[in-house]
Amino acid sequence: MDAILLQLLNGLDKGSAYALIALGLTLIFGTLGVVNFAHGALFMIGAFCAVTLSKIFTLSHKASEPSGVDFLGKPKYDDILYIKDWFGETAGAWMLDWSVPLSILFAVPIMLAVGFVMERGLIKHFYKRPHADQILVTFGLAIVLQEVIKYFYGANPIPTSAPEAFRGSFDFGVMLGFDPNAIIYPYWRLIYFAFSALIIGGVFAFLQFTTFGMVVRAGMADRETVGLLGINIDKRFTIMFGIAAAVAGLAGVMYAPINSPNYHMGMDFLVLSFVVVVVGGMGSLPGAVLAGFLLGVLESFASMNEVKNILPGIDQIIIYVVAILILLTRPRGLMGRKGVMEE
Amino acid sequence: MAILEVKNVGKRFGGLQALSDVNLSVAENSVHAIIGPNGAGKSTLLNCLVGKLIPDTGSVMFDGQSVLGRKPYEINQMGISRVFQTPEIFGDLSVQENMMIPCFAKRDGAFQMNALTAMSSQRDVIEKAEEMLVEMKLADKRHMHAASMSRGDKRRLEIAMCLSQDPRLLLLDEPTAGMARADTNNTIDLLKQIKDERDITIAIIEHDMHVVFSLAERITVLAQGTPLVEDTPDNIKGHPKVREAYLGESQDAA
Amino acid sequence: MQSLTKKDFLLLLVVAFLTMAAPIILNPFPAGSGLAQFNAGYPDLMQRFVIFGIFAIGFNILFGLTGYLSFGHAAFLGVGSYSAVWMMKLLSMNVIPAILLSVIVAGLFSVVIGFVSLRRSGIYFSILTLAFAQMSFNLAYSVLTPITNGETGLQISLSDPRILDGANAPSYPNLFGAQMNAATTLDFGAWSFTFSVGYYLCAVIMLLAFYISIRVFRSPFGMMLRAVKSNQQRMNYTGLNTKPYTLAAFVISGMYAGLAGGLLAAMDPLAGAERMQWTASGEVVLMTILGGAGTLLGPVLGAGFIKYFENIFSKINDNVLHGWFSFMPDGLEDMLIAVIHPFVGKGWHLTLGLLFMLVVIFLPGGLVEGGQRIGRVFRRKDRNAGSVEADAAAQRNTPPAE
Repeated sequence: MDAILLQLLNGLDKGSAYALIALGLTLIFGTLGVVNFAHGALFMIGAFCAVTLSKIFTLSHKASEPSGVDFLGKPKYDDILYIKDWFGETAGAWMLDWSVPLSILFAVPIMLAVGFVMERGLIKHFYKRPHADQILVTFGLAIVLQEVIKYFYGANPIPTSAPEAFRGSFDFGVMLGFDPNAIIYPYWRLIYFAFSALIIGGVFAFLQFTTFGMVVRAGMADRETVGLLGINIDKRFTIMFGIAAAVAGLAGVMYAPINSPNYHMGMDFLVLSFVVVVVGGMGSLPGAVLAGFLLGVLESFASMNEVKNILPGIDQIIIYVVAILILLTRPRGLMGRKGVMEE
Repeated sequence: MAILEVKNVGKRFGGLQALSDVNLSVAENSVHAIIGPNGAGKSTLLNCLVGKLIPDTGSVMFDGQSVLGRKPYEINQMGISRVFQTPEIFGDLSVQENMMIPCFAKRDGAFQMNALTAMSSQRDVIEKAEEMLVEMKLADKRHMHAASMSRGDKRRLEIAMCLSQDPRLLLLDEPTAGMARADTNNTIDLLKQIKDERDITIAIIEHDMHVVFSLAERITVLAQGTPLVEDTPDNIKGHPKVREAYLGESQDAA
Repeated sequence: MQSLTKKDFLLLLVVAFLTMAAPIILNPFPAGSGLAQFNAGYPDLMQRFVIFGIFAIGFNILFGLTGYLSFGHAAFLGVGSYSAVWMMKLLSMNVIPAILLSVIVAGLFSVVIGFVSLRRSGIYFSILTLAFAQMSFNLAYSVLTPITNGETGLQISLSDPRILDGANAPSYPNLFGAQMNAATTLDFGAWSFTFSVGYYLCAVIMLLAFYISIRVFRSPFGMMLRAVKSNQQRMNYTGLNTKPYTLAAFVISGMYAGLAGGLLAAMDPLAGAERMQWTASGEVVLMTILGGAGTLLGPVLGAGFIKYFENIFSKINDNVLHGWFSFMPDGLEDMLIAVIHPFVGKGWHLTLGLLFMLVVIFLPGGLVEGGQRIGRVFRRKDRNAGSVEADAAAQRNTPPAE
């Protein structure tokens, strides 16, 4: 029982990331009718927003007064962080420690801007083109974005740490009444899950309770009719693209402490996220979220030794096996609507 | 003798009873029209005949054989050809190629692996296609991209493609929908000519009364998923039930 | 050959001439000159041109004709490579059985994967093929290590059984004794041309593959495939079952991919899982699109183009750039180099990505269409005379029928 619960929890963080990326993909697909292969790159850019902010916070200059002498007897100058100059010793230290959560503030405007530019500059010219062309051009864009990041940040993963308070693990099992040490769970993963749930809830609430969201939902159901009502749907869809980009970016920001960001993390997640979207059903937002968590958890279960001993290698392919089975038995995915992406 | 026999066919979509207890008998070598107001179930019925939908109840027999459960391509091979409301042709191919495909299908069946056969060696098919193009007055357009033709020509090509397979039953789904008057009259003339020159049964679903009364020998009126009356055109014209069904519809719409 | 039209025969002749003379044509610059780095006439690179040409020709039979976009064809390439290496380990260093087996095994694989994937169309098909390919890739790295040798890759070794080879048989892939890496170099003044056995074997096979693809394109079967792309509904109501047609196209293209994989292994006897990764599948899509999907010559051009620029661009480093721009004033030189630097050498993928986007945005019909546009400007002839290539290019611009 506790082992099962542990795997369930372990699957949540990856599942959250899948769900967030898949949610954005579905928003874009549902509203704009565009298959965006560059969405993984947006996730990656989000993660690098976190990297960038912590780099900015660690910018330093030499102290004007020597703090002592080094072993050669020369005066030694300490590196002083600029943020400590500007915000004082304690506040500066705190900001450095909390750079990843602070990056959220930094990432939202950046991701929105990236999203707007992408939509206005490229994607909007592809609304009427075949899906194959959309896939190809966004695939090209994904390569470009990832190479640009590689150029500036190098090819190696960049470790980015969570705030001191959330590093390490806690005994989640004891809190639930299990034996001590049965379920050791890292704090940050729990935070990531809660954060994702918040974002997902926020997106759904936004779509459900605002006029803007209502128009977007109507547009997802029947774009042409909404267009005929005289509503400027294009502008709203641009904003929607920005929001989808921001969701992917935030998923990336908070994921940075879980897995050190590298330039190809977007591609790695993209392939799986597409599988997630298709399993959930193209164009279905709840489907995307459900399938994201489902596949994340399944992947985690498949990596249990008990399972691997029976079915060697299953952890490597479980997602694909499930995807194939679901697509063959439920042609439109778990919650897909009729007629989407089918000629 | 009836070539198409529809018995007690019913079809339900969720809460909507699209068809209930439909009985229809189409005599061989006749032109039979099915008319009815919007939502009467005409298209649903047609889809049940060609294998796109499977009715919940009843039977559909073509020439003594059941069509139920067969795939569209199998039903086509039994001798039923369908003309769509918007012409379904191979838009990316030339007119000549469009014409050759049904000829190949008729000759070879559902699938033939002839990946290394030169087209020029297929004399019989090329000739058959050419014959059809000439007959349907499309020969001068044979190298045209099919998608770039006028709507009337597309309709003509689609009918030609169906006829090239010598079907025993030709199903037409509102063949003149969205056409200009001149094109509509051309299509009527074409269908009349086909009726006179060939051993073929034509079943036609139509909105346009002008088309129906110019062509049909028998008419079935469908309303709310069930046949209201079946008779000759002359009797249908003054039939009170038919007027009621149509007038009722126009009042609702207004 | 008598069954080809004059035009197709001419096309085949031109391609044959170009591939046969490639070691000379691709080496226009004297060895040792500053421009020699732009030469492509060395065996290793030329082999890649024709092998990836085969891969793309096959992919085009599926994607170009039926419109089904597979994102998993690299799996067949990888399977072909593994089969070929195993054949060379177990049976003989002669490449014939190796290549035959790689085609057969890839064919069997594609029957299974195609049968399942083709039950869906559109993006669902793409994702299914992608899922199968990623599965093969992951398995090759993990549980299938006994067969694939995991990350190290499958290699030949002296202790392999090779039951058909005698004691004196060559220990390198060969064709009845002629080793694949054997080459003759001819010098004409400052120029130097290398003719290798491996390249000519690949080139002959590529020509055969190209010839077959012409036949397929011009056959009733090829017409049916284009009809599938154009209107599946009409196919069904014309008494044609589309499934066997698409499956046949899928298997043919899978076998082409297997052949390419087998040849890769025959030229350099090792096979690694990275050949199956989805980026490799993306590469063949790119080659086909760049050249012109649905055209005969496009995929070959696209493969050559990408492999050439990959090779050249990735070789250019800052030293080379300094060499080029040394005539400029220092400040300007450094600035120019700083601008170009991200796009060359290790940054080659950036150029590739940009190229990809530019082609899809401005030239959806690929290089072949681009060439025709230029040709049209010069000729301004009536468009009815346009070849099938032009038709196919035009088709790409019209959205698919509902």
